[in-house]
Amino acid sequence: MYRYDQYDQAIVDARVDEFRDQVRRRLAGQLTEDQFKPLRLMNGLYLQLHAYMLRVAIPYGTLDSRQLRTLAGIAREFDRGYGHFTTRQNLQFNWIKLEDTPTILERLAKVEMHAIQTSGNCIRNISSDQFAGAAADEVTDPRPWAELLRQWSTFHPEFSYLPRKFKIAVIAANEDRAAMRLHDIGIQLVEQDGAVGARIYAGGGMGRTPMIAPLIRDFVPVDDLMSYLEAALRVYNRYGRRDNIYKARIKILVHEIGADEYRRQVEEEFVAVKQLGIDPPRAELERIQAMFAAPAFSADAPEAIDRSDPDFAVWLDQNVAAHKQPGHAIVTISLKSIGGIPGDASADQMDLVADLAERYSFDELRVTHAQNLVLPHVRKADLPAIWTRLREAGLAEANLDLVTDIIACPGLDYCSLANARSIPLAQKLAVRLAPRQHDLGELKVKISGCINACGHHHAGHIGILGVDKKGVENYQLSFGGSGAEDVSLGKITGPGFDEDGVVDAVDRATCTYVELRQAGERFLDTYRRVGMQPFKEAIYG
Amino acid sequence: MGDLDRASIGGEPLLRFRDDEPHDEPAVTLDSFLAEQTNATAVRLEAGEDARALLPHLDRLALIEVSFPTFRDGRGYSAGRILREAGYAGELRAAGDVLVDQLPLMRRCGFDSFAPETEIDAATLRASLDRYGDHYQAAADPVVPVWRKRHG
Amino acid sequence: MKLLTGNDLASGDVTWWTGSGWSRHIEEAVDVGAEGEAIARAEEGARRVNVPYVIDATATADGPRPAHIKDRIRALGPTVRPDLTLKPADPQAGHWVI
Repeated sequence: MYRYDQYDQAIVDARVDEFRDQVRRRLAGQLTEDQFKPLRLMNGLYLQLHAYMLRVAIPYGTLDSRQLRTLAGIAREFDRGYGHFTTRQNLQFNWIKLEDTPTILERLAKVEMHAIQTSGNCIRNISSDQFAGAAADEVTDPRPWAELLRQWSTFHPEFSYLPRKFKIAVIAANEDRAAMRLHDIGIQLVEQDGAVGARIYAGGGMGRTPMIAPLIRDFVPVDDLMSYLEAALRVYNRYGRRDNIYKARIKILVHEIGADEYRRQVEEEFVAVKQLGIDPPRAELERIQAMFAAPAFSADAPEAIDRSDPDFAVWLDQNVAAHKQPGHAIVTISLKSIGGIPGDASADQMDLVADLAERYSFDELRVTHAQNLVLPHVRKADLPAIWTRLREAGLAEANLDLVTDIIACPGLDYCSLANARSIPLAQKLAVRLAPRQHDLGELKVKISGCINACGHHHAGHIGILGVDKKGVENYQLSFGGSGAEDVSLGKITGPGFDEDGVVDAVDRATCTYVELRQAGERFLDTYRRVGMQPFKEAIYG
Repeated sequence: MGDLDRASIGGEPLLRFRDDEPHDEPAVTLDSFLAEQTNATAVRLEAGEDARALLPHLDRLALIEVSFPTFRDGRGYSAGRILREAGYAGELRAAGDVLVDQLPLMRRCGFDSFAPETEIDAATLRASLDRYGDHYQAAADPVVPVWRKRHG
Repeated sequence: MKLLTGNDLASGDVTWWTGSGWSRHIEEAVDVGAEGEAIARAEEGARRVNVPYVIDATATADGPRPAHIKDRIRALGPTVRPDLTLKPADPQAGHWVI
């Protein structure tokens, strides 16, 4: 894992001091709310329905036990005993007092954490593949590159007041576990002539106008990466629309001028920027990579796993993935208990997961964009012990990527932007479909409580968008989206439903899938083969 | 970061980080600067205007004023860097909705003169400019980025 | 009726204008008539409230009830965590929210 040196620590400490001063000036009336809002947002502090909400950055979704315990401690002391893991691999506290935030940030800084740029019209937390460093199919560990980008983007003087927020994801495998092409810039690390470089996609995103990012540059060598991104961001900062908040994301710019023209402008800017000597030397990437070196895996870890407990075997088959190191495995801990709140974890659960990471996973943890946690480096022999502890804590739901592993934003229960509640719908759907979930197989349901699409509904095999219909919650259903390497955007089925209506409609759609599926087909595959019509007939009859 | 000098032009407060005297010729618009056979040495760039249009004329400009119509409009940061990257050494002034919390970023983008619409508290500004000793990126100021400190 | 609501600046708590100050309990909220905007400006200026706004509500025997679901949820707390609402001990407390 990355460890701060004196420079990183000094910068984060200075940020705590700066925010303490900004909060002081706000409470003293020296800053209006209008002036303070962008400042607090740039430090992840929102004013939500019931309180302030603090979004803590979990860079590229990687944590250690000390950090997770600190988050648990903050949940207990300053919040109401829990936190919410988000689709940006971050953690949100829902019940924060403005006056406590400087102290909370100070606690975070002590464990090399912060809330820098978790909101605001700036470059947000860099997201990545939750299996990085453990997956067999990666060309390199993407996290050192993501850390390079974290540093480059932190307090970037030119790009702190962009037209709109800017999200970057970095992956290094062909299997896309991070919805890479639905980001403002998506980077896939690839190998070319023995060297690793960045394939750059730009102009993707969800929200009101979902777009899949087109390819902008096939290969940027590491020595040019910062210059290239600087050029890509500069074109956006200068020409992205500022007249209409709904058209201000880079996807609109790229769409309006076209990928070819955007690329031409970036390349032209790149020629100018490259002269400036702003790219860190290769030694900087190597310095970071050394901190992400593979842990000391035991070479003779046994492969055999005792499958005699049938419940354990189900969990093993569903939530445990192959590791690049023989005798090891990747465990996904579901935060989607049936009828629970997707992505929520109590302070006690966080402490337990921290213990498991420390004892069984080389002190490493990951957060996934699907709002689950991961123990990335577990010995197969330890799996039964881990499962037993998880089961005792209510964390052993064997539903990874199944229909009950639902992504849901906080929705109208917490969020001031929401038009409808997401969580109760996720709960009802999970309860209804849990008995059939293993038969239904991989089926990604994603729910957003408003058009901003924090719940990634456009990328759901089944997507649900909550809208406000004359003061009443209403839900639009869509099918056929995917955030994976087979990326696609969902299509709306037809008229919307009330909460019970949409649960029934999803239920009927899954029955149609079961009737029509061919061997090996997921819901998404069947939908792509047969189209909307049979599903529409089943739903609207 | 250079010493702060408080001056004023036409009675308006001006914060300067330059040793020379404030330029007192009124700035002309970009259009009139480019269109007319003008001898103007000061020009004002509005937020949406292309700073690169000035690049052929930098050696005869003493003052470029960049407008920040609201503090949320960040186009001027790119304008500042583009001008400095092209070698402009004259006064580069940020004018308009310039607030204390944005000012250190503007300094990093090459601005060395500020005409804020509302007064900036001196103590807050001092603390704000002194707060960060280290910066991750190279920009349009003399700051040595952290990666260079790490690797020499 | 019209209610004036906002959040406490320091704590972020949801608050309601009572005619003389701010309360966390909507039952204590009063009809502000046409005065809402003026009270909001004065109170926000004095930093006794943050981001105040006027809403439509209906008077009932149990107290004012906001017209919009968002403000009904604000009035009591998240519908999915009764234990975190203003009335955690009363399982029926939220019957009017949805």
